[in-house]
Amino acid sequence: MVECQECHERPATLHFTQVINGNKTEVHVCEVCAKEKGYMSYPEDGYSLHNLLSGLFNFDSLKQESNSEGIFNQVKELQCPKCEMSYSQFKRVGKFGCAVCYETFADRLDPIFKRVHAGNTQHHGKIPKRQGGDLHKKKQISNYKTQLRHLIESEAFEDAAKIRDKIKALENDTGNSEAGDNS
Amino acid sequence: MTLQNFMNEAISPWMREEGPDNDIVLSSRIRLARNFANTTYPILADPNQLEEIRDFFKDNYEKKSFQEYKDFSFLPIQNLSAVERQVLVEKHLISPHLVKHADTAAALISENEQVSVMINEEDHIRIQFYLPGFQLNKALEKSFEFDDWLEEKINYAFDETRGYLTSCPTNVGTGMRASVMMHLPALTLTKQINRMIPAINQLGLVVRGIYGEGSEAVGNIYQISNQITLGKSEGDIVEDLQSVVEQLIDHERKARKQIMEQSSKRLEDRIYRSYGVLEYSRIIESKEAAKCLSDVRLGIDMGIITNVSKNILNELMILTQPGFLQQYASKTLNPDERDILRASLIRERLQLEK
Ligand SMILES: [Zn+2]
Ligand SMILES: [Zn+2]
Repeated sequence: MVECQECHERPATLHFTQVINGNKTEVHVCEVCAKEKGYMSYPEDGYSLHNLLSGLFNFDSLKQESNSEGIFNQVKELQCPKCEMSYSQFKRVGKFGCAVCYETFADRLDPIFKRVHAGNTQHHGKIPKRQGGDLHKKKQISNYKTQLRHLIESEAFEDAAKIRDKIKALENDTGNSEAGDNS
Repeated sequence: MTLQNFMNEAISPWMREEGPDNDIVLSSRIRLARNFANTTYPILADPNQLEEIRDFFKDNYEKKSFQEYKDFSFLPIQNLSAVERQVLVEKHLISPHLVKHADTAAALISENEQVSVMINEEDHIRIQFYLPGFQLNKALEKSFEFDDWLEEKINYAFDETRGYLTSCPTNVGTGMRASVMMHLPALTLTKQINRMIPAINQLGLVVRGIYGEGSEAVGNIYQISNQITLGKSEGDIVEDLQSVVEQLIDHERKARKQIMEQSSKRLEDRIYRSYGVLEYSRIIESKEAAKCLSDVRLGIDMGIITNVSKNILNELMILTQPGFLQQYASKTLNPDERDILRASLIRERLQLEK
């Protein structure tokens, strides 16, 4: 029986590895202390997710290590210019250090996102209301263009002309008014 | 302090309100993760930068109101006592993670406690929105409006392709976690839940006990939430969750009916035994208390127990956690002392019903 490292009274029933700032520590606690000392967390911070991620990151660290052939051939490690997080640090911690990390590691993110998000790599949700002003318009235009293509294919030229006018109007509109068309 | 006064302060006002399907769904929650575009995330940021963010929230939102969510309290975590912190965690207004980063973290909480914003958690901003009962769509709508309101003054880390850029890759895209808290005693009793959980997982949803460890759901209270945040719109994610929750409600109601038809005396016996334990025990551990509270709540929902209010489960699940017990006692308590106080608090609470 392992005793709980917090209270040293009850047997430890929870065993896991905690990673804080990249440092791993083994934790053995009882249920009571786990709850009290904040080891228990919401599902989004759940250990299973973390494990999933770290497994995933370790997988591609193997490739990295195999190409270090001495100091001259060593590929300079990818590092975020803003927060200075390196790619290997990112793999170990499983967290981005800032928004620029997303650009810095862009080429390597798709496989990670695919694994974590059931094959998805692109956002299809909310766009910030204020700062996304242009994006709202862009999205609307691209929706219209898809519509236009379908209309032309089905030879519905009258409707197509209407849509084409809407696209033109949007493209000429340099103000930040939102396209409030629901048709 | 009297128990009545203590409870009035301890229980979030919205938890007392009636919500749709609240015989089974206790609450609905939307959480949105957001970050400042030009500031390093909490994991690597300088304390100074994080303090700036914390001050920004204090300067711009303290005492402000948004729609019916009024008079926001701004709480730097480092100013709170250990017990006060724990109480906020037990009310699910803040996370244990936030407490761990007390030196730079803060919470912004509306008077009715339906909106809470965690500042400098894993992300700079974590918006949480609670509604009683089964109201995911309304919670989503409200949290979007609140998000837009914050965005009037904040440049979010957002990218056209990747969406909201969160610190953890598991939150990127919508940054949204939608969840409901459900009381599923009949599905647990008949063990049907064990077959359903893997099927629900297949749909990209996570089922877990909200109290207690691992997959065990203490008090038969489960939290169902989305796992995937990238590639689907918030509305679609909520719709998927909604339909699974609807099915669970349906199955739970059927299972309750079935138990009632096939073994009503056994059920009645179980419920009254639990009622007896709550009413007469002098020492009670949290797990046993949760089991008994779940039974009594089921008894209320099935019309077997008629003189106790439904809220007793939600209220006492929260009030009998260690932080609350110590706040009630106004001192630190060891586990044995807590078990004694828990029993007496439950007895007292049941007395209030008479
Ligand atoms: Zn312990
Ligand atoms: Zn970075």
